[in-house]
Amino acid sequence: MQWEIVIGLEIHTQLATASKIFSGASTAYGAAPNSQACLVDLGYPGVLPVLNEQAVVMAIKFGLATGCRIAPRSVFARKNYFYPDLPKGYQISQYELPIVHTGRIEIATEAGGVKTVGITRAHLEEDAGKSLHEDFRAYSGIDLNRAGTPLLEIVSEPDLRSASEAGAYMRKIHELVRYLEISDGNMQEGSFRCDANVSVRSRGESRLGTRTEVKNLNSFRFVEKAIEIEAARQIGILEGGGSVLQETRLYDPDRDETRAMRTKEDANDYRYFPEPDLLPVVIDDRLVEKIRATLPELPDAKRARFSREYALSDYDAGVLTSSAALAKYYEETVLAANSASPKLIANWVQSQVIAALNEDGLDIREFSVTPAELAALADKIADGTLSGTLANEVFAAIRAGDGSVDTIIEQRGLRQITDEGAIARLVAEVLAAYPVQTQQCRDGNEKVIGFLVGQVMKASQGKANPKQVNDALRKRLRE
Amino acid sequence: MHDYTLARLREGLLGERFSATELTRHFLDRIARFDGELNAFISVTAEQALRQAEHADRNLAAGRSSALTGLPIAHKDIFCTRGVKTTCGSRMLDNFVSPYDATVVERLERAGAIMLGKTNMDEFAMGSSNETSYYGPVRNPWDRERVPGGSSGGSAAAVTARLVSAATGTDTGGSIRQPAALSGLTGLKPTYGRVSRYGMVAFASSLDQAGTLTHSAEDAALLLQEIAGLDERDSTSLDEPVPDYDRAIRTPWEKLTIGVPESFFDDGLDADTAAAVRAGLSVFEKLGATLKPVTLSHIHLSVPVYYVVAPAEASSNLSRFDGVRFGYRAAGDDDLIELYKRTRGEGFGAEVKRRILTGTYVLSTGYYDAYYLQAQKVRKLISEDFRLAFEDVDLIAGPTTPTPAFRIGQKVDDPVQMYLNDIYTIGANLAGLPAVSIPCGFVSGLPVGLQLVGPHLREAELLKAAHYFQLETDWHLRTPGIYR
Repeated sequence: MQWEIVIGLEIHTQLATASKIFSGASTAYGAAPNSQACLVDLGYPGVLPVLNEQAVVMAIKFGLATGCRIAPRSVFARKNYFYPDLPKGYQISQYELPIVHTGRIEIATEAGGVKTVGITRAHLEEDAGKSLHEDFRAYSGIDLNRAGTPLLEIVSEPDLRSASEAGAYMRKIHELVRYLEISDGNMQEGSFRCDANVSVRSRGESRLGTRTEVKNLNSFRFVEKAIEIEAARQIGILEGGGSVLQETRLYDPDRDETRAMRTKEDANDYRYFPEPDLLPVVIDDRLVEKIRATLPELPDAKRARFSREYALSDYDAGVLTSSAALAKYYEETVLAANSASPKLIANWVQSQVIAALNEDGLDIREFSVTPAELAALADKIADGTLSGTLANEVFAAIRAGDGSVDTIIEQRGLRQITDEGAIARLVAEVLAAYPVQTQQCRDGNEKVIGFLVGQVMKASQGKANPKQVNDALRKRLRE
Repeated sequence: MHDYTLARLREGLLGERFSATELTRHFLDRIARFDGELNAFISVTAEQALRQAEHADRNLAAGRSSALTGLPIAHKDIFCTRGVKTTCGSRMLDNFVSPYDATVVERLERAGAIMLGKTNMDEFAMGSSNETSYYGPVRNPWDRERVPGGSSGGSAAAVTARLVSAATGTDTGGSIRQPAALSGLTGLKPTYGRVSRYGMVAFASSLDQAGTLTHSAEDAALLLQEIAGLDERDSTSLDEPVPDYDRAIRTPWEKLTIGVPESFFDDGLDADTAAAVRAGLSVFEKLGATLKPVTLSHIHLSVPVYYVVAPAEASSNLSRFDGVRFGYRAAGDDDLIELYKRTRGEGFGAEVKRRILTGTYVLSTGYYDAYYLQAQKVRKLISEDFRLAFEDVDLIAGPTTPTPAFRIGQKVDDPVQMYLNDIYTIGANLAGLPAVSIPCGFVSGLPVGLQLVGPHLREAELLKAAHYFQLETDWHLRTPGIYR
């Protein structure tokens, strides 16, 4: 039988607000345990939540960027359950009326096409704290620094049909939230994580199969692997005549398997009800339009524009727009350059710049070579002042902070030799030094000419313009 | 001095007839002398009070007085007080010392009031008799075999016996007005959101409101002036201007139409109580008010609606008491679920458990629509009834409670009878309206309360009517013999 895999993702992205969603405590990552939990986060008797407006603005940005409807009135609700890292015994979330809903996003498919994935809803909620089981013997530690951190939970329609589509969708959302600057998307720190709802059905069947929810997917690779494994597990059950149990499963990357966590029967009854401590969130069109005006150019639009305006291939445009910061760096360099073409700069950014960032483990925003310096360097390549080899040397020197492009060229005498007379003198010296090879060339042995070019370049310490050397040599040999 | 209202005490302090320290010592002495038999206080903060009194005297001497400088008050033990334990009448919080002050506490302190202590209350404010307190029942100073009402029973008894001049309370379904009625006091529940809930241990968040128990409407106005107003730490507090209440209640009497819900005078109301309330209504007529019957079509559903909504919110609000971070923790830490069960099993009393169970039930999948959602719909209808009634009348008046104070133990095994005590008061909570109970007579030596309910944010009009009533009557000035 032919099986079809049906996947929907719930992505939890931490919003990049300075303080928590319902308190003034800091959201900075990595502080000493429980040092960033105030009385509200600790759920002390008598304290009350106050909504962080920044989180609302960020949720609306996401909604606008994905064509969602922005709810004129949305309501926070309490999700009730007991757990030590949930101080109040309930999580404040949104249930029946989320802040944004009914949108879409486009992903590229493996076949090279474009697929639209529906976004059911995105709602605001607070994160729980962390239970630390490893560092204590016979105890669990509780760190409530994360408690109350704002999350946007983005729920997709069950539109995804393969592990790679799910991965592409997750990458696309990841790229978008970073473009919008509403999340740092840091997956190691748990700022961007997801649960996958997976089911299988025979191809052509319109009803959905019984789904399982796979939890704890905090990397693109894990999402893809977990879905592949879970789908295969379900297909195995169905082909063996069994039936899939609706349950929550945990992906274990070490063993590369999914394990049952809890079945539907022993799932919590969360007893959702509207949060009486908070007023409904009322959003008028004026606010929406004000926020719309602050939206940056989005990845797809930027990619198309780069291809068009800078005559770049789709591949080049894709790499250069993979983050808003890299795209900004590229574009500022192009604008600062005089003679260097956008294509030349694209090649440099994609090769030397990215290699340098990887080597130093830096983000483009931290890179020591400014767009203006890179533009100056590219101009020197374009106008023939520097050969490729010399340009690399200058690039290394600016990275090291040795000075500007001009001073490095001057101080090290790296300027390319393009003076006809100087090159002719070098050629004459080499021909005089290698009479045997010179004769072989004159006799028509083309291979030896490369040797002579090399000797001229060596004599010029690499600074002679190679094309001019070649031309001058051939001219002298014909004489 | 103890039989003075706050207003008269203030005159005495400003006129240097006595000092804040003398006043404070006097009341502390009375607490020491009488509270053994009344059990009105859970904590008495004598040292802190005397320090505050010295400070007040220095300020008075220097001519730097605020509205309440040197006036002794007490707080219901539901308000968090920094450095002083806040028990909420529960074993669960017997060891809980709050690291912060509630907004009400902070504002009264800033106005110069002196806190003498924290008053007894029904556990987590769940009760109408003060019998559910972990610290034992409070006795009614009018008859110590009887209840003072609840849940603000300790505040009511303390003010009635003149152990303190005024006290704060909270009212979720009648918890200020019912004890005020049973104790012969003026009990004010402001509009929902008029006073910040920040730092008040939550019972039912959409109904809870802080207010006052005083001897007079004048005193209620003095205190409300200080505690009312926007608090950015409470999203449900109202961003509306606070009028000058003291001035407002002294403005000339204007023609007033008072609505009387005749359904409140049916068989459920004790005949003698009804007569006292009717006599009170005729005082308003003498003042020139017109009485007019009003119909509140859904008000008979207010008790069932309340006993769905309030327990639902309470079941969630009380989840934080799990023995992990503060409060009572049962012995043994071998198993988390067992720890929760034992902590909550031992830390909460029977009435609190009953309401948590009820609340959990009405929010559960399969029951939510039939109970919680239905109750919310009826709640809207009740609010709408009030809104319509206030198109024709300025205030609504009737009994506060069906009977005067009942005997300790009389209703403790019959929760439904106990719940019916709040049948006339719950409507104002469901609709978020301001209401006040004022003394209007006695039945067999026990005080009877008359309730006035006003439109949204009309505390000034409400207190003015009460004030004019108190200019015509002296029920509010009576004190039980041994406490005079």
